[in-house]
Amino acid sequence: MATFKDFRNDVKPNWCPGCGDFSVQAAIQRAAANVGLEPHQLAIISGIGCSGRISGYVHSYGFHGIHGRALPIAQGVKMANRDLTVIAAGGDGDGFAIGMGHTIHAIRRNIDITYIVMDNQIYGLTKGQTSPRSDVGFKTKSTPQGSVEPALSIMEMALSAGATFVAQSFSSDLKELTYLIEEGIKHKGFSLINVFSPCVTYNKVNTYDWFKENLTSLSKIEGYDPSDRMMAMQTLMKHKGLVTGLIYQNKEQKSYQELIHGYSETPLAHAELKLSKEKFDEFIVEFM
Amino acid sequence: MISQLSWKVGGQQGEGIESTGEIFSIALNRLGYYLYGYRHFSSRIKGGHTNNKIRVSTTQVRSIADDLDILVAFDQETIDFNFHELRDGGIVIADAKFNPTIPEGTNVTLYAVPFTEIASNLGTALMKNMVAVGASSAVLDLDIEVYQEVVQEIFGRKGQQVVEKNMEAIRAGAEFMKEQLGDNIQTMKLEKADGKKRMFMIGNDAIALGAIAGGARFMAAYPITPASEIMEYLIKKLPALGGAVIQTEDEIAACTMAIGANYAGVRALTASAGPGLSLMMEAIGLAGITETPIVIVDTQRGGPSTGLPTKQEQSDLMAMIYGTHGEIPKIVMAPSTVQEAFYDMVEAFNLAEEYQCPVIVLSDLQLSLGKQTVEPLEYDKIEIRRGKLVTGELPPLDNKEYFKRYEVTEDGISPRVLPGMPNGIHHVTGVEHAETGKPSELASNRKAQMDKRLRKLKNIQFNTPVHKNVKHEEADVLIVGFNSTRGAIEEAMERLELDGLKVNHAHVRLIHPFPTDEMLPLVQSAKKVVVVEQNATGQLANIIKMNVGHADKIYSVLKYDGNPFLPHEVYTKCKELL
Repeated sequence: MATFKDFRNDVKPNWCPGCGDFSVQAAIQRAAANVGLEPHQLAIISGIGCSGRISGYVHSYGFHGIHGRALPIAQGVKMANRDLTVIAAGGDGDGFAIGMGHTIHAIRRNIDITYIVMDNQIYGLTKGQTSPRSDVGFKTKSTPQGSVEPALSIMEMALSAGATFVAQSFSSDLKELTYLIEEGIKHKGFSLINVFSPCVTYNKVNTYDWFKENLTSLSKIEGYDPSDRMMAMQTLMKHKGLVTGLIYQNKEQKSYQELIHGYSETPLAHAELKLSKEKFDEFIVEFM
Repeated sequence: MISQLSWKVGGQQGEGIESTGEIFSIALNRLGYYLYGYRHFSSRIKGGHTNNKIRVSTTQVRSIADDLDILVAFDQETIDFNFHELRDGGIVIADAKFNPTIPEGTNVTLYAVPFTEIASNLGTALMKNMVAVGASSAVLDLDIEVYQEVVQEIFGRKGQQVVEKNMEAIRAGAEFMKEQLGDNIQTMKLEKADGKKRMFMIGNDAIALGAIAGGARFMAAYPITPASEIMEYLIKKLPALGGAVIQTEDEIAACTMAIGANYAGVRALTASAGPGLSLMMEAIGLAGITETPIVIVDTQRGGPSTGLPTKQEQSDLMAMIYGTHGEIPKIVMAPSTVQEAFYDMVEAFNLAEEYQCPVIVLSDLQLSLGKQTVEPLEYDKIEIRRGKLVTGELPPLDNKEYFKRYEVTEDGISPRVLPGMPNGIHHVTGVEHAETGKPSELASNRKAQMDKRLRKLKNIQFNTPVHKNVKHEEADVLIVGFNSTRGAIEEAMERLELDGLKVNHAHVRLIHPFPTDEMLPLVQSAKKVVVVEQNATGQLANIIKMNVGHADKIYSVLKYDGNPFLPHEVYTKCKELL
């Protein structure tokens, strides 16, 4: 059986020393091994940005696509081969700005993939512009007077859109992050895991220390029930979204693949391509 | 007795104009006539003039007729809008309800038939289109009973009474018309057809069916005119084959989802029109650099922007060839008939996998939506080829090395493994990469990978890149076109030949890479080259000039008013140039 070391490769990440994404990389490697995957059974589909490079930093199949489109590519991969474990990954700009349309619709479509967002509240690879997750007043190269647009409440948005698995974590907490990714992989449906992954170079506000001070672990909230959507929403609002842990999970809702009519039990990628003569004749006659 | 005629029904959109044409033409198809249809419609659901023009013949027809024999009108606007098309001796059959009038001083006969009244008396005014079908059939002297089967298929699920009522409406329309016609009954009597069974379908049906035959089991698409029928057909059929169609949130998702699906090993497609293709361009570039097969259908319509969304145009050519930033290998093909659309789709999937690149199948509104008679498609012509797809087991790689998915080879094509396969792990990225897929900015690697990718199509094997109708070693004129203009050009060519001109015809089926070797001798052996296309800037003409040369003798015949070319227009404009 594979261990987390089998998911390591020889590529040296181009992330800055201290970047939160290193922990996400490690958590994916550990979670994959913990759920019993072999490297060839995992496909990581990522977007563009610092964090988007992650598909190249794990020893597994990986597809590094175009900006904002990790989710549609990942959904296509899963539809083609339902036996693959598919993780989509990218940054907050990738998923919540340019790719927001896909995020909302991937949530409501509920195809069985896991989406990990490395949320650093800034555009890193383009050297420090505001992101949809930046707080009001946040000064960047593109908001020298401070951002006037409110930050997106992404976890609340996910709940509103009908998400069946919503979790949030902090890259310093490798143990919890690994656990949440494992749960996300095991969840039958779309799982969204937002990870606060500090940018040590461009975000001097939302630092490791800032998160340690401001985050509340759901495990500390007495009686918190992740199957209660109302409680999830209220808790998020009360804590301005700054909570970590499994926020909400609906174990009853069937995934897209289970709901659609006729979809093959075996991977489409292995399907016989040649149409049978009988089927062909049946289709032809309908036009006569 | 006549062997061919042109019939048109018109009225307000949403009042059954389409179904009138549909029932009439299905019956004619069952009788063995060859048909070619054209729908004039607007981007709205209810209201606005719409019409359905159908050419009927005892031999193959591939173009709209220049003129009109019979106009069936449900309102005065239909007469006013279409009257000029009627030939000398033509007839108008109009609903008596609106007191129809026709211009004076013409040799056109008006028959006012109480469509609505007859239908109402039989139970519901909704059946007025059936009365019109019956009246039309009387003019052609068709055996009314042919409708029994058609009406049964359409209304059977609503019960036998509804079927019978509709049949009564057809019979009543026919009876009324026969009395009106009196002695004129023989003037438009149609010669009997051969009664053979043939398919009757729109290009989009053939494209969708071709995709299935070509092994496609997944589609991601966003609705758009005139492409939606492709998605709708596959939604009906793919689940029975285990496949699926996802209606995505936009065309970017459609294209990237299809890319993901192809990467993971299923044959997948998307289909759209100009606006959607514009959105897909970045993704097409991704497929190019990652060498992921994908088939994309572009059903061209009037552009730019929303342009003329329900009208004919062929103006996406340059955008399809060059419309992605950077340089990638790409195949752009253009079927010219419904039959070709079917076989080309099968081939598109083969080429996409063999050359590991995007394949764009170009159609146009008239080819996609014009319903026409098709000789039965042949199962034995369907062939599946998957190129350098690795099947079977791979040897273990040393020390977690990556599989060389982008190995530099002589033909530029590298072995392709699918995710999930043991010992095949590699990286895929839109960033320039080395043979393993790992990013690399090395100058030597960049050149090696660019050359490798662009080398793939150097010797592309494509069956009939140019459809040739070449009778003359030396021609006065070579007429060139692509997509749906083929029929109009063929008919114009016949007329030019009757005028004593030596005419050759080349219809380009492989737009990119351009079949220069095929085209050069044809251009060289013609005194003049006339490129017939439905755009304003002569895009195909420019492509020919660029690849073949001889710019001094290449002329353009262009049409970009939204309507398909008619044979006489091609004829007249060619004459002017000769």
